[in-house]
Amino acid sequence: MSPADRPISPHLQIYKFQLTSVLSILHRFTGLGLVAGAAVLVGWLIAAAHGAAAFDTAQAIAGAWYGRLLLFLWAFALFYHLCNGIRHLGWDAGLGLDLPSVYLTGWIVVIAAAVLTVGSFTAAYWYLGAL
Amino acid sequence: MDDTRSATSRVRGLGSAHEGVKHWWLQRITALALIPLIVWFVIGLVVHTGADHAAVTSWLRSPVTYGLMLLLLAAAFWHGALGLQVVIEDYVHTEWRKLALILLAKGACIGLFVAAYISLTIIAFAGSGNG
Repeated sequence: MSPADRPISPHLQIYKFQLTSVLSILHRFTGLGLVAGAAVLVGWLIAAAHGAAAFDTAQAIAGAWYGRLLLFLWAFALFYHLCNGIRHLGWDAGLGLDLPSVYLTGWIVVIAAAVLTVGSFTAAYWYLGAL
Repeated sequence: MDDTRSATSRVRGLGSAHEGVKHWWLQRITALALIPLIVWFVIGLVVHTGADHAAVTSWLRSPVTYGLMLLLLAAAFWHGALGLQVVIEDYVHTEWRKLALILLAKGACIGLFVAAYISLTIIAFAGSGNG
């Protein structure tokens, strides 16, 4: 069998998901999404360097419903990856490696990311004068 | 089992990957640097929600913002390039495809950082009359 045809692990059709594996996969997915978000951030900076007209266009796209939706998803991805990254750094230092701690810190990361996302958006709307 | 490696191989401590912990370590170092930088960046973005070109460029133009933005983007794209490399190495097993994708991912990260650096420098050094 050529290397490309070999089955991959885990076998997703029969795999039972748990919090630990879902959060691990989410860490990777959010990381990939954040690279795309960083590319868009660079586009925003290019628009700002180009001048007021280009910047206004960029701001209009960011402020449209799809722009706000993407920014919301990127904010969650950023806060999740940040919080779970701190969890990973703890593991690297040998902290919280037992199963109860892994589940506890996993739920803390999910809740913290949700609170930070909603909190930052609430603050952003307040600065916008919409609240 | 007897160690069949040569004395040189043993002292280098490198396995079949032909490299040591440098990739792993740099991923952690950039992660650590990104924690405070991301907190600063998110606050900066939130307080400038809906701000016009003049307000955003005057924020980006200040030496502190200019320096922190460059550090943030350098750490983020470095961290992102290392992360993309791990994902590619996990799922692409044909040697030439793997090499090509890693080079493409790293090239894109470097290119995006350079584009951001040029944009930030234009904003920082152009007079406020530059549109």
